[in-house]
Amino acid sequence: MRSMRYWMYQYKRTWRGSITTSFLYPVLYLSAMGLGLGSLIKGRVDGVRYLDFLAPGLLASTAMQIGGNESMYPVMAAIKWLRTYFAMLATPLTVIDVLVGHLAWIALRLLMVTSIYLAIMAAFGTVHSPLAVLAIPVGILTGMAFAAPIAAFAAAQQNDTGFSTIYRFGLIPLFLFSGTFFPIAQLPGWMQPVAQATPLYHGVALCRGLVLGHPGLATAGAHLAYLIVLTLVGFVLAQRTYRRRLVT
Amino acid sequence: MARGLTKRFGDFVAVDGIDFEIGRGESYGLLGPNGAGKTSTMRMIACMSPVSDGTLRVLGMDPAHDGSKIRGRIGIVPQEDTLDLELTVLDNLMVYGRYFDLPRRVIRERAEQLLDFTQLSERAHDKVDPLSGGMKRRLTIARSLISDPEILILDEPTTGLDPQARHLLWDRLYRLKQQGVTQIITTHYMDEAEQLCDRLAVMDGGRFAAEGAPSELIARYSTREVLELRFRDPDTDTADVAMRLEGLAERFEALPDRLLLYTDDGESTLAEVHRLGLSPDSTLIRRSTLEDVFLRLTGRSLVD
Ligand SMILES: Nc1ncnc2c1ncn2[C@@H]1O[C@H](COP(=O)(O)OP(=O)(O)O)[C@@H](O)[C@H]1O
Ligand SMILES: [Mg+2]
Repeated sequence: MRSMRYWMYQYKRTWRGSITTSFLYPVLYLSAMGLGLGSLIKGRVDGVRYLDFLAPGLLASTAMQIGGNESMYPVMAAIKWLRTYFAMLATPLTVIDVLVGHLAWIALRLLMVTSIYLAIMAAFGTVHSPLAVLAIPVGILTGMAFAAPIAAFAAAQQNDTGFSTIYRFGLIPLFLFSGTFFPIAQLPGWMQPVAQATPLYHGVALCRGLVLGHPGLATAGAHLAYLIVLTLVGFVLAQRTYRRRLVT
Repeated sequence: MARGLTKRFGDFVAVDGIDFEIGRGESYGLLGPNGAGKTSTMRMIACMSPVSDGTLRVLGMDPAHDGSKIRGRIGIVPQEDTLDLELTVLDNLMVYGRYFDLPRRVIRERAEQLLDFTQLSERAHDKVDPLSGGMKRRLTIARSLISDPEILILDEPTTGLDPQARHLLWDRLYRLKQQGVTQIITTHYMDEAEQLCDRLAVMDGGRFAAEGAPSELIARYSTREVLELRFRDPDTDTADVAMRLEGLAERFEALPDRLLLYTDDGESTLAEVHRLGLSPDSTLIRRSTLEDVFLRLTGRSLVD
């Protein structure tokens, strides 16, 4: 936990820009895609307006992006460029403290971002159930399901070339095809199971269920279990790669 | 305290079974060419690097079990700075102090004193990035002291500093020594080692080549004085000259333009040299220094 404080100090420098972005993006996305593009979509999507369909998916997708961003370059910087992790390890902090602190910070960032997102969704009139509040913890979990394994990956990298691969073949396709913008039933048959296997699909589906007020209990449990397992596996792997990298 | 302390990186042995004991309040120096294993040794003492073999006790505790506790009581100045370049000078100290779980108020108080101590007060609210190398080094030192450590580990603290900053630091380290802080220092500057350290170890290839107080080492590995004979004529074969002077000194060292005679009485040796009809272009009699010991023990050839 103590190592989380570092990231807070870091954030002091950039919070203004970052908070502005956290407000601006949802407004832009919901207006352009939800209202603009949505006005062209006459019928209903999965039984609701397009805007209502889209908004919870965007919340989960944003959580994924934050989780991914915060566990790539910042981890590399803390190992190679600024060597912050090594400064921490010269103090009573242990490798686990360093890892948990960084992940806790990412979770806190996710809390800020998803809360803001939900507030803006409410302003756009897309929140249809008190259960929607639970989209915040689910958003955090979705973000962490990416952050933990990606941090494990980042700590094993010698340089940052692997990160663009993650964006290109991971985060961006997931953003487009995991049910954020259209139901995966629209995908060609063979792609549907692939989409369903991705973590973002589960985050999106769960958020959508909560915000619209009809999460099936069984499916919600399955989504949740998937995301929790992925986070835990990521954490265990990260513990390994961190130790290997930081303790020599 | 260490017995048979060893550090391996894969098959490579960086520290090869060294023994030493450092008392409370002592200043202990590690000298040695690059790659000798100084940093590896320091990192093990600092509980930042696991011991491969042998025993190590720091403050009576075993780094394998109480690493975190031990680190809480030592201050570390790593060979390479690990400052956060994007934070301010003061914030660097604040965050670091928080890692030790110190209350904010205490850190702020100490930070003020330490910035004063390292003459950085005026830059407290500036970012670290544009500071000069010497200032960064001083900040790293201030940072290592934020937890009021009992042991201070300094890995090449003055490499890259200008003479003013170096002397300032010596002065500070001397004061810390007065306060009873144990210091373990590596350095490439022999004058620094002589100034700061009660005892020294000369390391080479992962082992101790010698250990003792600076004056002891000089007495053991060198003579009281050194007579340098310089020859301007590039054709002079100094080794040949040494042969002719056989018996005049305890030890000779023939360099391309100079011949070094290790002797206890430079004046009389010089008289002998003249008596033998030799007339070097210039001569110099000086006291033996740690540098002579160092070069004798580790050789003059460049390692890397
Ligand atoms: N993490 C590491 N992995 C592999 N070899 C290392 C590592 N750290 C140091 N070494 C090697 O160990 C030897 C001793 O290094 P070091 O302790 O840094 O020496 P010094 O500080 O005396 O210059 C060097 O040959 C160096 O290349
Ligand atoms: Mg070194």
